[in-house]
Amino acid sequence: MNVTLIDYGAGNVPSVERALRRLGAQVETTNNTEKIAKARCLVLPGVGHCAALIGALDANSLRHPIRQAIQRGTPFLGICLGLQALYESSEEAPDLPSLGILPGRVTRLPETVKLPHMGWNTLTSTRTSRLLASIPAGAYFYFAHSFAAPAAGQESAATCSHGREFIAVLEKDNLFGMQFHPEKSGAAGVQVLQNFLRVAA
Amino acid sequence: MSLAHRIIPCLDTDGSRVVKGVHFEGLRDAGDPVELAARYNAEGADELVVLDIAAARDNRPTFLETIRRTAEQLTIPLSAGGGICSLEQARAVVRAGADKITVNTAAVQCPELLSRLSAEFGAQAVVLAIDAKRDGDHWQVRIRGGREATSLDAVEWARHGVTMGAGEILLTSVDRDGTQSGFDIDLTAAISNAVTVPVIASGGAKLPRHFVEVFTRGAADAALAASIFHDQIQSIRALKEFLRNAGVEVRLPC
Repeated sequence: MNVTLIDYGAGNVPSVERALRRLGAQVETTNNTEKIAKARCLVLPGVGHCAALIGALDANSLRHPIRQAIQRGTPFLGICLGLQALYESSEEAPDLPSLGILPGRVTRLPETVKLPHMGWNTLTSTRTSRLLASIPAGAYFYFAHSFAAPAAGQESAATCSHGREFIAVLEKDNLFGMQFHPEKSGAAGVQVLQNFLRVAA
Repeated sequence: MSLAHRIIPCLDTDGSRVVKGVHFEGLRDAGDPVELAARYNAEGADELVVLDIAAARDNRPTFLETIRRTAEQLTIPLSAGGGICSLEQARAVVRAGADKITVNTAAVQCPELLSRLSAEFGAQAVVLAIDAKRDGDHWQVRIRGGREATSLDAVEWARHGVTMGAGEILLTSVDRDGTQSGFDIDLTAAISNAVTVPVIASGGAKLPRHFVEVFTRGAADAALAASIFHDQIQSIRALKEFLRNAGVEVRLPC
């Protein structure tokens, strides 16, 4: 399986790369527009501030090739901020449009709970999910974020709750996303990454 | 179900080997960080912390290599710290494979460091380590591995640190560290209730009931320990089973 990992300088690129390689994927880490536009499978990792991700995508002229690849039907996995970037905008950087592939806005989790939402949490499945195949109910995944996308969209395959419900697993046609960090989520994280590689193959 | 309480083993290193001591003194060798990391990852640790406690010495490349080799073993998050006092050093630590940067003395000397780290890596990657020592009816912040007093009040410093950009507090009781007499519950509760970010309690852990206390009365989000895990006084899995039976939510890996 050939995976093109979009490298815009995010901190978790090496650990996502390592996790995919352990599963036998051939990983190319790049910010080259042509390679991204023609990729057979795209992964957009992300951690940190939304403006840093969107800014880096713009600085490398990556909006268009990413959209092109997705429209062509290329399997795409967004991790954490990489998932959030698929929506129209984020409250974290209100003046900066995100990729806008999915309708909706990323908003901050409520102040009634400790933020960042940091640590291991469980999911609530909303429908049959290809990414969550073989994952036992009650499995924990590692989250580290303060902003999240709405839980209610038809792309939502599983949600998580911290102060409010939000999307945790995204599946819509060739679009996939995880708000948690599969590369940091122990055996369960390895399984969902393997599921993605299987679906993308 | 909600967020699980985290159990975090800590590897204090001299750059390349795990060392341990009481009250930050009398260090002795406690093993290979890479081997220990692999063991804790398999036993169900929720996260790992690696600190370079001899950071004043010129061993930075050795420590970066330790981070790199440790990160390779892990499928859980890794925090690294010890002597980090610039954005450039933090970048090197993140590039080596750390998910979070732990800062202590340098943040006291220059709180703006927290803002700079937070702007670059996100608040979730910035851990403010506070070493606190009881002083009458409050707790005083100590720096340089607990050896040097400051005029800062630990509760106020924690609040300020969060305002400056810290996404988590790693709180060590200097009084309890290495004593195995239990966490400082009052200190942990005071800090945890004062800040809006998760708090990791550290210093004094030995018995499973110490962990129950710090998660319930201490309101800690995570608890850190070193020697009880290194010396196999306590297994992580048995500890988590005890916690679950006591009604504390924890992640029990399959």
